[in-house]
Formats: sequence, C-alpha cells, structure tokens
Amino acid sequence: MTPPILATTAPGKKRPPPRLTERPVTGNDVSMLSPADPFTSPVAVASLQHRSPLCRAAGLLLAGLARLLSGASVRWIASQPDTCQRIYFANHTSHLDALVIWASLPPSIREITRPVAAKDYWSRGLIRRWLARDVFDALLIDRTDIKVHQSPVDLMLREIGTAKSLIVFPEGSRSISGEVQEFKSGLYYLAKKRPDIELIPVFIDNLNRVLPRGEFLPVPLLSCISFGPPLWLEQGEQKLDFLTRARRALLALKE
Amino acid sequence: MNDVRTIVLVTGVLALLTAATGAGQFLKRHPDRGLDPAAVRTFNLRLRGWWILCTVLAAAFWLGTTATVVLFGLVSFWALREFITLTPTRKGDHRALFWVFFLFTPLHYVLVGLNRYDIFSVFLPVYATLFVLARVAVAGDYKRFLERTAKIQAGLVVCVYCLSFAPALLQIPVEGQATVGRSANFRLLFFLILLVQFADGTQYVWSRMLGRRLVAAAVSSNRTWEGLLGSAASTALLAAVLWWAAPPYQPWQAALAGLVIAVLGFAGGMTMSAIKRDRGVKDYGTLVAGHGGVLDRVDSMCFAAPVFYHLTLLVAQ
Repeated sequence: MTPPILATTAPGKKRPPPRLTERPVTGNDVSMLSPADPFTSPVAVASLQHRSPLCRAAGLLLAGLARLLSGASVRWIASQPDTCQRIYFANHTSHLDALVIWASLPPSIREITRPVAAKDYWSRGLIRRWLARDVFDALLIDRTDIKVHQSPVDLMLREIGTAKSLIVFPEGSRSISGEVQEFKSGLYYLAKKRPDIELIPVFIDNLNRVLPRGEFLPVPLLSCISFGPPLWLEQGEQKLDFLTRARRALLALKE
Repeated sequence: MNDVRTIVLVTGVLALLTAATGAGQFLKRHPDRGLDPAAVRTFNLRLRGWWILCTVLAAAFWLGTTATVVLFGLVSFWALREFITLTPTRKGDHRALFWVFFLFTPLHYVLVGLNRYDIFSVFLPVYATLFVLARVAVAGDYKRFLERTAKIQAGLVVCVYCLSFAPALLQIPVEGQATVGRSANFRLLFFLILLVQFADGTQYVWSRMLGRRLVAAAVSSNRTWEGLLGSAASTALLAAVLWWAAPPYQPWQAALAGLVIAVLGFAGGMTMSAIKRDRGVKDYGTLVAGHGGVLDRVDSMCFAAPVFYHLTLLVAQ
C-alpha cells in the first residue's frame, strides 16, 4: 500500500478535519478553482438523508435487481468498505456500471456515495431524471458544455463537500472493445485538489456482456466487481505518471 | 408420505446423515486418530452440502410437482448462466442469448410442468436451435458463426434440456395412472439424485485407492479407469439394494440403471472438465467466490437424467 504522503493522516476511520477551504500548495495553473467562484463554499446539496420513503424503496429494489441480474460477486482485495470520504474510479463498459458498483456497496456506504453520470443521457425523460436525481443522487456532468470556471472537477468537489463519496469513470466514456482505455486527466485534478480523499480502484469484469453498448435488454451473465486498496497522489508526482499508476492499479485487480 | 417405502427411505437417509455427521464431528474433536485433518474437513463440508441438498429437496418434494419443476428450472437457469459466462460470445449473440435466457428456458420448464412430452422433447433441440441460428445470422456478424451458435446450443441442451428430464420423472405414470406426481415418483427422482452423487463419490474414492491409469490426463487429472469401473460396480450394487424405492424397477433392472447412471455421470464430468480446461479455469464457480459453481454440482446429473428417464419409460411399459 502506498503511504499517503500528501494526506495529513493515515487512512482509516479517523479523518482529518474538513480541509475543503484549504488549497493544496500547487504553485502552478492547474487549479481551476478560482477563489472568486461564488459556489466555492459547500452548498446545500439535495442529500439522501432527505429522500422520500418511495425513493429509498426504489433504490433498494433497483440495487437488489442489479445485483441479481448482473450476478455480481463482490471482492474487496486488500481493502475494506468504509464510510470515509472516497473516490471510486472504475473502468467503464456498460450503462449498468454505476448502478452495479453502487449496489455492491453496503447500504450505509451507498447512502453517502454519489455516482457521476452524463447529463445528456440521464436528464432525458421523466423516469431517468427521477432515477438520477432522487434515487441514486447522481451528480450529472454536462459533457457538452465544459467551461474553465465551471469545470467538472470543481463541480464534483463542490457537490461532495466533506462527507460524500463519488463513483467516477476516468476513461470518460464506455470502451467499445472492452479494454481499459487511457485515463482522462480528471482523476489527477481530483486527487490534487483533495489529497486527503482515498482513491479506490474498482475493476468491473464481464458487465459489458450483460448489457453491451447500444443494447437495452440485459443478458443475465455473471459479473465480478473488485475493489482494490486505496491510493493517493504522491508528492511531486507528474500527471501522466499518476494516471498510469492509477490505471495499473485498476488493471491489477483483473488478476 | 403415507406409504411404507417412503418412510423407510426418509428414515434411512436421516439415520445415515446423522450417523455420518456424528462420526465427522467425533473425528474433528479427536485429531489424534491418525486421519488427515484436511480429509476430515472435506468430509464435513461434503456432509453439510448433503444436509442442505436433502433439506431443499425435501421442501420441494413436500410442496409438490410444480415446486420441484420450478426448483430445477432455477438450477438450469443458473447453470446456463455459468456456462455462457465462461464461453466467449460476441456482441452479435446478445439478442439471441436474451431470448434463450428469458423465453426458451422458462417456456421449456413450463412445458415440462404441463407434462407435454410431445412438445418439450423437441422444443429446445429443434426450435431453439433454429431460432439461435437465424437470430445470430440476422444480427449480421458472420465471424466463427457455427462455433458461436454451437456453443449456445450446447449450453441449452446440457444445462436446460438434459437437466429437465430429472423433474420430468415426476410425470411418468408408475403404479397406475392415479399416482402420477405422488410419492412413488419422488422416490424415483431421489433414487436418481442419490445414485448420481454416490457414483461421483465412489469414483473419487476408487480413483484414490486403486487409480493407476488416467482416462485422459490432459482433461482430468483424477479420473481413472479403475475409478470408473469401481464406481460403476458400487453404484450398480447400491441400485440393486435400493430397487424397492424405484417403483417400476426389478432388482436386475435397477442394477443396470445404476451402471448406466455411473457411466453417464462420468461422461458428464469429463465433458465439463474438457470445457473448463479449454477455458483455463478450475471450476465454474470462480466468479462466485468461495464455492464451486452450480454447473460443477449438476454436470453428472445433466448427462444421467435423460437416459434414466427413458430407461424408466421403457421399464414402466
């Protein structure tokens, strides 16, 4: 396990005090979070604690259905489920990915974990919007309208505050071949701006065969979700090195 | 459950299991008896599996024919899931697989439950085969076409079609029409399950004790000719002793059925070993951590069930 050089404390239940307002000492221009940004303070986010019983029931039902349909066996390899703030990063192979990872987490952790999803897909239609907003508490990212002062990374960090965890897909889009593509740089900026958050690699195996790209009816094959040990950005680690290391940590879970 | 034979059978099974459990626990507490602790542990695990199997079967039997058919349907569904998961498929097979899982498999078991032998005997081997061929062709991907369709078809025949002959035993008229689906038929089904498991176990024991010549070293490293012969002989003997539990059988016919079940169970195990070896896995349950897969448990049954079914039809005439 990599020692958390930039983190102030060792990983575990004892978390450092909220450091959201603290900026990591970067000294270069990668920080797109401008201090003048009116949204910097942790804004009140529609939180799962206030979900209606219907949404909760729907969430439980869908999680159960997803587990049943994907036959997902869940493995924690040199890693433990924990309610501390985390970013789960996974390979992206199917529309079911976020749902199945979310369903693979124990319910108490599911409550504080928000999948990141594409706005253009998930805000279309009443049911999808309801599912994304009220059931999964998904964080919708507009892929078509990315601005410098409103970068997805800043949006994600602002939305999770100091308590929530995220599920992200650093490849950016679903891989067609089933191979894990190169990571986009978002994961690096997340790690750089919040060096205290644990980054957990999640390898999704076989889910692309359950529901491949362009299909809407699932085939109930067996899939496997592997959670790996946390990693952090090393002191002075370059973007490319970090992204390569993170991708390798993900691929290592493939066995 | 009001006839003597069933009561004797149930009591016998319970007594055997209880005695074996007692012995297993005794050996576990006294590791100084010179027995391999790992073997004792395996034995105890096996016993636990037997208790679970017997409890589930007893519950299904008690609930009746429909519940038993549904139970086997679920086992088939799960076995097919494991089979297709370990078989590489292409995206062009997706739609065909969807219908195989959600239409053909359940519908086949509905036909079994309705006792429509005239339809269910051809439904999967003929109609599902034609459908899979056409559906994959229409999907527009011709790469390794025959290989891909053959895989789906093999999965359907072994995991669904063949296994469904076990609950179909409940529909064979034995001891006169009035008792269809009654305790006599459940005894028949239990007879098959018991002999298949017994053949598996004795094959392993004989192979360990006398095994010299491997049948096919590249496919299976623990199946020997000695094991096959030993298990065939022991299973035939047990079947002859238990002939009274399987209604239409005479002792010599039961012995013959036991022999056939042992040989076919062996064939099923070898077939699945070959597939697993080709895919480079040890068992079908590698995706489900902790225990072997469903298909590993039922492979012998899949091969033995249809032949035992037709033997019973023949004998019952």
